[in-house]
Amino acid sequence: MGLKGKLHEIKQKYKGKKMAPAFNALHTFLYSPDETTHSGSHIRVVDDLKRTMNTVIMALIPVLLFSMFNTGYQHFSAINGFPENFSLMEHFLTWDNFWIGIIKVLPLVVVSYGVGLGVEFLFAVIKGHEVEEGYLVTGMLVPLIVPIDTPLWMLTVAVVFGVVIGKEVFGGTGMNILNPALTIRAFLFFAYPTWMSGDKVWVYDAVNLAGTPDAISGETILGSMAQGKEFSYSVSDMFFGFVPGSVGETSAFLILLGGLFLIFSKIASWRIMVSAVIGSLVMGLMFNQVVELGWITETSKFHGLMDFDFWKHLIVGGLAFGIVYMATDPVTGAQTNKGKWIYGFLIGFLSVMIRVFNPAYPEGVFLAILLMNVFAPTIDHYVIQGNVKRRMKRMKNATIVPKDSGQKAEELKVETV
Amino acid sequence: MGILTKKDARLILDPLADDNPITIQVLGICSALAITAELMASIVMAISVLFVLGIGNVVISLMRNIIPSKIRIIVQLIVVATLVIIVDQVLKAFAYELSKTLSVFVGLIITNCIIMGRFEAFALANGPWRSFLDGIGNSLGYGVILIIVGFFRELLGSGTLFGHPVLGDAIEKTGLYATGYENNGFMILPPAALIVVGIIIWVQRSKNPALIEEN
Repeated sequence: MGLKGKLHEIKQKYKGKKMAPAFNALHTFLYSPDETTHSGSHIRVVDDLKRTMNTVIMALIPVLLFSMFNTGYQHFSAINGFPENFSLMEHFLTWDNFWIGIIKVLPLVVVSYGVGLGVEFLFAVIKGHEVEEGYLVTGMLVPLIVPIDTPLWMLTVAVVFGVVIGKEVFGGTGMNILNPALTIRAFLFFAYPTWMSGDKVWVYDAVNLAGTPDAISGETILGSMAQGKEFSYSVSDMFFGFVPGSVGETSAFLILLGGLFLIFSKIASWRIMVSAVIGSLVMGLMFNQVVELGWITETSKFHGLMDFDFWKHLIVGGLAFGIVYMATDPVTGAQTNKGKWIYGFLIGFLSVMIRVFNPAYPEGVFLAILLMNVFAPTIDHYVIQGNVKRRMKRMKNATIVPKDSGQKAEELKVETV
Repeated sequence: MGILTKKDARLILDPLADDNPITIQVLGICSALAITAELMASIVMAISVLFVLGIGNVVISLMRNIIPSKIRIIVQLIVVATLVIIVDQVLKAFAYELSKTLSVFVGLIITNCIIMGRFEAFALANGPWRSFLDGIGNSLGYGVILIIVGFFRELLGSGTLFGHPVLGDAIEKTGLYATGYENNGFMILPPAALIVVGIIIWVQRSKNPALIEEN
């Protein structure tokens, strides 16, 4: 008997018992269940929740691999200085870099999945419902949006908090108001701020070496700008991601590819992505204009970030990552098409605004998305109400002629507004 | 409960659990969020409310037949304000540091919804003894939640209890801190109190499903 058969047998054995959801979950995780539904009519489609989730994970794999190389690259560059004639094969895609990536990034992934799925299993058993696949994407997003040196126990605490308070108390997958991955990030940010900002946590080993003669540091671009410091990264470094930052957020190029993949597989909403990009560009342009018109002096603490070319906001920090993988979360985002435009636009707009105006939060994108998560139902409500109102008005103005009145079709005049 | 009849005892016991002012009636949330970052402050706040509500309920109950109903809110306010000023002055005289920590929130006991709520809902319609018991019961119920929240917020947020380090020294890295543990800065922030209160509400309702509101 194959594994599938055995799993099926176990599942039958535990049917109706307390642990049933746990075994069912294992079964559905590995195979598609061989049960059929018996009542009502059903539409059979291939993209169930599991496939949707897996598509997003596929879009995240290049980012994850890149982040492993980048972890090593940032570590060695901080020690030996950045290579003069940078060549991709010689300096970046090396085994040394990858090895550092494996020993630093993989534990984050394992802890994120282990703890998160553990909590999900626990709740499924206690509440007696089936385990949902909702954590598959969250578990992959979490290690990509934290600094590389985040202690694993902190990640554990944050994941438990994020899954329980951010998701399970609202009723589990599909019922949450806030994006669980961002809830975890926000919890870490407010609970352990020293581990989430500064110039030590973004490069592997910088925390351990602090205070020794070998001390190294690596400030993110936004962090340097918020403090008015110079940075030496070129635009192509920023675009391709050879800069320090949270594990997976650095490479705008790969995130762009992932975003295109998600759009073409129709998993993520292109409306949200496009409008968020527009929103951030508009805000960036407004700030550039303020500087150009001379409304702000060079000595102002906002000058550095306001003077930053508007389009560069998209390739530094986590804005691109947030727009592509977080803002498009189908559960917490707006549902109506018009609502998606408003929702996405405000995410981009607010992200750049927080970046510039609040030096304590050099990265505002997670706050902007969480805020708009909260507003998404309100936006949808007004979009739907507006639609209802418009159609009611149209109906009021329509002249309805009874069917057997003998008039011709041309005389059936319907006024539309 | 020898001195209390069964009915009177319920006045004290109900607010402690199934009719808790914070978790069931959802009153007095503002002060529960504001001052529970330290355990000592929570206890002082609980005692202050105990004093104000216990005596206030008796005073209102004694005057209940002579207060014209049109101006009853003003009369109630004057009673609370008087009592709160007494509390404030006592704190300033004997516990100045604490009174600085509590700052404006002692004065804001006046606006604590529990107090006006009990005046309106109970003291105006019941005798002094029963009103007194009701006041004590409700402020104890309020205090219990405050102390639970204060305990967790101070322990996890600052690693101290009553200002004494119990988990080791955070700067010298002794005790638990030697293993890499760090204080959770989030617990110091007011939203953490909201979440702790939420968890208490969750636990209480899952223990006693009869409390779950229909919506």
